[in-house]
Amino acid sequence: MSHFRTEIRQRAEELVSLYPRKRSAMLPLLHLAQEQDGYLTDEAMAEVAELTGTTTAEVRGTASFYDMFHLEPVGKYVVGVCTNIACLLAGGEELLAHASSTLGCPVGGTSADGLFTLEETECLADCNIAPCVQVNHRFVRTTTPETLDALVDDLRNGRREDEIPPHGTLIRVRRSGGLRVPRAQLADERAAAQTAREERAAKVEK
Amino acid sequence: MSENAPTRTTVSITVDGRTIEANVGELIIAAAERSGTYIPRFCYHPRMEPVGVCRMCLVEVDGPRGATLQPACYLTVSDGMVVTTTSEKVKKAQDGVLEFLLANHPLDCPVCDKGGECPLQDQTLAHGSGETRFIEEKRHFAKPIPIGELVLLDRERCIQCSRCTRFASEVAGDAQIDFAGRGESIEVAPSPTQPFDSIFSGNTVQICPVGALTAKPYRFTARPWDLEQVESTCTTCSVGCRVAVQSSQGRLTRILGVDSDPVNHGWLCDKGRFVIDAVDGENLSNDVLAAGSRITEPMVRRNGQLVTTSWSEALSAAAHIISDATKLTPTGVGAIGGAALTNEAAFAWERLLRGVIGTDNIDAQYGDGIDAHLVQALPRATLDEVATACTVVVLSGDLREELPIVYLRLRESIVKGTTNLVELATASSSLRSLARVVLPTRPGEAHHVALAIASDDAALSNLATHPQGTAFQPKELAEVRRLLGETGEGVVFIVGRPNAAEDAAIIEAAIATFARRFPEAKFLPTLRRSNIYGALDMGLAPGLRPGRSSVAAIARVSGVTAEERGRSTVEQLVAILAGEQSALVLLGGCVLGNVADQSLAKAALDAAKVIAVTGHGGATLAYADVILPTAVSHERTGTFTNIEGRVSSLAPKITAPGSAWSDVAIASELAEVLGQTLGLDSIFDAASAIESTLGYPSASVLSGSATDGVVVGAVTAPSLAGPLDPMANPGLRSADAVGLGARAGSVTHATSLPTTLVPMVTFNDVSLAPTPSIPLADAYGLRMVVTRRLYDNGMAVQGTPALAALVQTTVAMANPYDFDRLGVATGDVVRLSSALASSDITVVVNSGVTRGTVELVLGSRMHDGSNIVSQHLSSTQPAVVDVRMESR
Amino acid sequence: MASFTAPKIVSSRSEFTDSHTLSRYVATGGFEGLKKALSMFPEAVASEVERASLLGRGGAGFPAGRKWSMLRKAPVSCLVINGDESEPATFKDHYLVEREPHQLVEGIIIASYALQVSQVFIFLRGEFALGLERVQQALNDAYEYGALGSNIMGSGFSLDIVVHPGAGAYICGEETALIEALEGKRGFPRIKPPFFPAAIGLYGQPTVVNNVETMANLPWIINNGGAAFAALGGGRSTGTRLFALSGQVNNPGMYELEMVKNTFRDIIFDPALGGGIPEGRKLKAFIPGGVSAPWFGPEHLDLPLGQDEVAEKASMLGSGSIVVLDDASCAVRAAWRITKFFSRESCGQCTPCREGSGWLERIMFRLEHGGGRPEDVELLLDLCDNIAPGLSWPPQQTTICVLGSSIPSSITSAITMFRSEFEAHVTNDGCPHV
Ligand SMILES: Cc1cc2nc3c(=O)[nH]c(=O)nc-3n(C[C@H](O)[C@H](O)[C@H](O)COP(=O)(O)O)c2cc1C
Ligand code: SF4
Ligand code: FES
Repeated sequence: MSHFRTEIRQRAEELVSLYPRKRSAMLPLLHLAQEQDGYLTDEAMAEVAELTGTTTAEVRGTASFYDMFHLEPVGKYVVGVCTNIACLLAGGEELLAHASSTLGCPVGGTSADGLFTLEETECLADCNIAPCVQVNHRFVRTTTPETLDALVDDLRNGRREDEIPPHGTLIRVRRSGGLRVPRAQLADERAAAQTAREERAAKVEK
Repeated sequence: MSENAPTRTTVSITVDGRTIEANVGELIIAAAERSGTYIPRFCYHPRMEPVGVCRMCLVEVDGPRGATLQPACYLTVSDGMVVTTTSEKVKKAQDGVLEFLLANHPLDCPVCDKGGECPLQDQTLAHGSGETRFIEEKRHFAKPIPIGELVLLDRERCIQCSRCTRFASEVAGDAQIDFAGRGESIEVAPSPTQPFDSIFSGNTVQICPVGALTAKPYRFTARPWDLEQVESTCTTCSVGCRVAVQSSQGRLTRILGVDSDPVNHGWLCDKGRFVIDAVDGENLSNDVLAAGSRITEPMVRRNGQLVTTSWSEALSAAAHIISDATKLTPTGVGAIGGAALTNEAAFAWERLLRGVIGTDNIDAQYGDGIDAHLVQALPRATLDEVATACTVVVLSGDLREELPIVYLRLRESIVKGTTNLVELATASSSLRSLARVVLPTRPGEAHHVALAIASDDAALSNLATHPQGTAFQPKELAEVRRLLGETGEGVVFIVGRPNAAEDAAIIEAAIATFARRFPEAKFLPTLRRSNIYGALDMGLAPGLRPGRSSVAAIARVSGVTAEERGRSTVEQLVAILAGEQSALVLLGGCVLGNVADQSLAKAALDAAKVIAVTGHGGATLAYADVILPTAVSHERTGTFTNIEGRVSSLAPKITAPGSAWSDVAIASELAEVLGQTLGLDSIFDAASAIESTLGYPSASVLSGSATDGVVVGAVTAPSLAGPLDPMANPGLRSADAVGLGARAGSVTHATSLPTTLVPMVTFNDVSLAPTPSIPLADAYGLRMVVTRRLYDNGMAVQGTPALAALVQTTVAMANPYDFDRLGVATGDVVRLSSALASSDITVVVNSGVTRGTVELVLGSRMHDGSNIVSQHLSSTQPAVVDVRMESR
Repeated sequence: MASFTAPKIVSSRSEFTDSHTLSRYVATGGFEGLKKALSMFPEAVASEVERASLLGRGGAGFPAGRKWSMLRKAPVSCLVINGDESEPATFKDHYLVEREPHQLVEGIIIASYALQVSQVFIFLRGEFALGLERVQQALNDAYEYGALGSNIMGSGFSLDIVVHPGAGAYICGEETALIEALEGKRGFPRIKPPFFPAAIGLYGQPTVVNNVETMANLPWIINNGGAAFAALGGGRSTGTRLFALSGQVNNPGMYELEMVKNTFRDIIFDPALGGGIPEGRKLKAFIPGGVSAPWFGPEHLDLPLGQDEVAEKASMLGSGSIVVLDDASCAVRAAWRITKFFSRESCGQCTPCREGSGWLERIMFRLEHGGGRPEDVELLLDLCDNIAPGLSWPPQQTTICVLGSSIPSSITSAITMFRSEFEAHVTNDGCPHV
């Protein structure tokens, strides 16, 4: 029995098919698992293990290497505030402290209503609009306590749901095109073209 | 390069100003070590791929940009390389790494299991500055957590060398542990859903260079400095791994793997490693009928009760039984068992049974093996030959479950890509995913499949008669033929009984077909019981004679007609019920646990007078009339012959409890009471007799320094053994203490065996039972496959509580195809009905099970403790067992 | 005076808010480079790139043409695009993937054609949710447009590109860790040798790993010729580059500038660029190329923005990100935060990096927040020396990858330039600035 919903399972199988080796689909599959459950449940990890031909120890071990994967439940909105050098110089630590009191949760914790999880992040690559804040990995560009509070208010009242979907960064990433020829065939084509070119070049030289 | 130019196999490098020869492809760390320069290390282990992560082995290597610090464990030598291991820069780098390692390491050495034998501690004492500059709070984790039934993990002590995780994935292929987290918070972690119950889990404990992984059974049982140690051979299965056996205050405390190059590479399976409890039986009941309890005093049955008695009384009772039974004919007595004996004891009992009593009713197997003559006649492969074969064909039970170290050795070469695996798949197997070709082989088909491989296309039509059709494609068959080549050169067939519910003659016919068709191929028969090969070599099978000889071979050489063969185990049991035999000598005792047809075994034991020669109790002893207690493994001296025919020594570490004797002594004394003298007053007498009369290595192995042993019939090449690396084998006491001193850096001299003094069995001496006709499979039925597991209901596991906890409850497994066909689902309780019985059991889907079959495990229990498999097996059964599976 | 004469090569569409759409891309010369490339021999395309002397924009600055020429001949070879951009204060690839996804895709197709690779993956930082959407959309558009898939634009060349999301680990920017992540594993950098994935990379196959910005330059190079690109800049540093300016300047932002022709002073102080330090404060120090780079002081302001020019002064242009510290900021605090970053992002394989980064961070934390001891400065330097022996530049290393040997940069820079501040932190039992 699949733990993934039918649609997620189908996307998962498509992802696996994109790679020459199943295990390569590990990270995208874990993103999908979080899209469904919000965090990585044991059941989802077991399914990812099955899809990637690995053990659950390897799935968990791999997932735990990456900051975006959560092995425990998190809030609907994961709020990340950067305090790395550029943001630090722009008041990132102060904004983080403010976020903690506004959201009502400690850094690394989840608010009592289960709505927010607050994280101190490393550089998010948006340093010209510092301090940088992301919600569910969407840049929200709220750099002051006031704009942050307004954002939180919007989120609490469900006003930004379109813009900031819950969990999962691949939620709107859909592949529509694709080359459906076996890789081996592609490699053969390349080799043939190469030989043809070399032969032509040799003729030209003569 | 011209074709004839010799490829260089060595290069010269300079280490600290000294020029040394190194092998091409060798790592700096290994080359330096051979030449006497020891470079400190933690993550490097000579039996695993280097990863270069701990950075302890940094040395300076000259390069285009001057001398730079490089990991000696990762860089291979190249000609003219200049290596410096002693400069200030090297010392500072190494000291720096050590200081970093200690920064977060707890200071709990006094209470740590590893204290006193810890590489980190040793390094610190040798190089550490003594005072710490780390004043911060150390990293904290919850104290030891069990990560499996046998292993505990203390993450605070871990130095992230990744030896355990690499062992699990790279060597064992069971990645049930992996690193979790990143950076400073990196930790070894088990799977969220599966405990770390790999059958090789104990190896991770052995190679952990700190006290992070500890074995539950060993924890706190001893302090390293109290330990005494001998080097010996594991007798748990027929691989015969070299082990260091350690004791403290007269009790066994621990078994560690010794790195024997031709055998186990330092690895052990958990059964061999943790079986200690079963030896001393300390935690077990005094009830002689309990599996694993120890027998310490002779016993006789008086008024229906087994009572303790003196040796003289017990021996005369035994002598009485024997003389009573042999009044009419010597064949009124027979012996069953013998794989638990040393070669010397087997030799002594053979003398007693054939020489003194005059019976050929002797069988060390229990009807679940293969024809002993065939085993002796096959050109035997060594484990090294298995590991270097270009193709290995497996027609056997799951090697991981039956012969774990053979599995590791074979897996290594398959993963490396140097060996192709062909599986004739009767049952699910741990090597399946690595196989190049899998030919599904249902019960009753092996001989046809063998013929088909041997290029007889007609055999294919026999396979097609199955209602589910031929299980493989002609193109797969063609690939197998290609891999085997014309003569089978470089091919090893690993052959045994993959299915206890199938007539042995089917497999034997297949083996014979291979042997005839591929004259250059070698064979590794997979009899797994302890010293079974020693027992057969000493003649403990009907028709065999000591020295791998047989009546037929002797007759062939001397031109006389061969006498009739004695009875096999099953034949003896049948003969007892027919009134043709009245007494049984049980060498090792556990008939009930080993004979498939339980009702036959019980009835025969009941009818016969039974003399049990054993160190362990068990249900079979309920039928014993006399019990003669013996010393068991780790209590006795002797030699052991492993699966490849390698004879190695067994060393006693502790004394046998109570009044137990060695088997040699018991045989000698019993002969005396029967009025004859064997002339084998000690184990050493027996060893000398074996060597002088048979030319079979025994005394020379017992006294020799060839710790790796000697392969029967082969001239052992000089083997270069490396020095004992304390970092690779933490816990092994020291080179001298384990008797490794002699081989540290030295050469074991070639031992050529004395010319064989007795004619050896050849194919001409083998007469196989005819292959039975196989009934047509029923389209609605399934053929029964009965396999074995490492953790079973045998004495070793049952006598070791830690292992007994790992025995799985029996389920029936079938292929998803059959699930659909029969309309059952995983978890359903179904009714299995054969001609003999019907029983209810849970089914589980398993795509490794061959279509059209149902797989059950021999001897494992149901929830209620019953053993359902035996209900369906009988000695008079058809060649295969067909069952119907119905939902209830 | 800053020089603005060079054309915009990778950010030419910055004034359009719809620069990420196919229609805008095609309307502004999109895919012309690809069409031209497909009419050439693959080798000829590669030589244009070689001629352009395009230095890799990912940080190490290795010439792309040279790297391509090292690709081992094999039946299957791979191209992997590094879009993991996690070097602190670097945000140029973020811009490119969100605003110029088609240009990236076009560059990748050109490179794939030149290299004749059969597998292409774009590794994009997982936190770039929008970037992932935009790049996937650009790929979808390219299939639709005929620029990807079978027989691209009738050339007989077929190609498929797969977007692979990262999941939050800085070390995955290191090319061998990235390959591990692409193989579905923990992002542990691979030990060298082999030194270049071009020999053994993804799945053991020869692999070229190039940065997003490196790829983005290709359409222009093919359209205008390698020589035109090489005519820009100076020395080995040709063309233009995206410089990410952040920290205490009036106009933090991303600026595409001609290499060498501009100096650090130009980018920090020119009113059309950084616009100087806010509130009349003075420049205290700046980090010239990502936090792995040793710091510079005001005396280095006139150094040209060129790779070798900066290397000569014992630092690096790295990822092209410049962080400005004004004289009110605390050097200890800045160095502490950078060390904390390395400690959080160390993959954890190598002992010196894993344990050293954490230990250094704890000492720096004590200095900044109270509990510093006089001997801490020497201890810091000695521990740094145990990670990067000799504390020279470029650093020697006791670790597998250069993350380890980058850790000391900020600490040793801060100590060398502002030792008295460390002493003040000790005497004051914490940061005197707060
Ligand atoms: C610790 C570390 C982090 C790196 N991070 C990145 C990165 O985020 N993006 C990037 O393109 N290159 C990064 N690199 C450099 C890459 O390893 C590699 O050199 C580069 O992607 C090659 O592309 P290029 O030749 O086009 O510059 C990093 C290197 C190291 C050692
Ligand atoms: S230096 Fe650090 S980041 Fe690089 S491989 Fe070693 S531990 Fe990992
Ligand atoms: S790095 Fe060489 S032994 Fe660990």
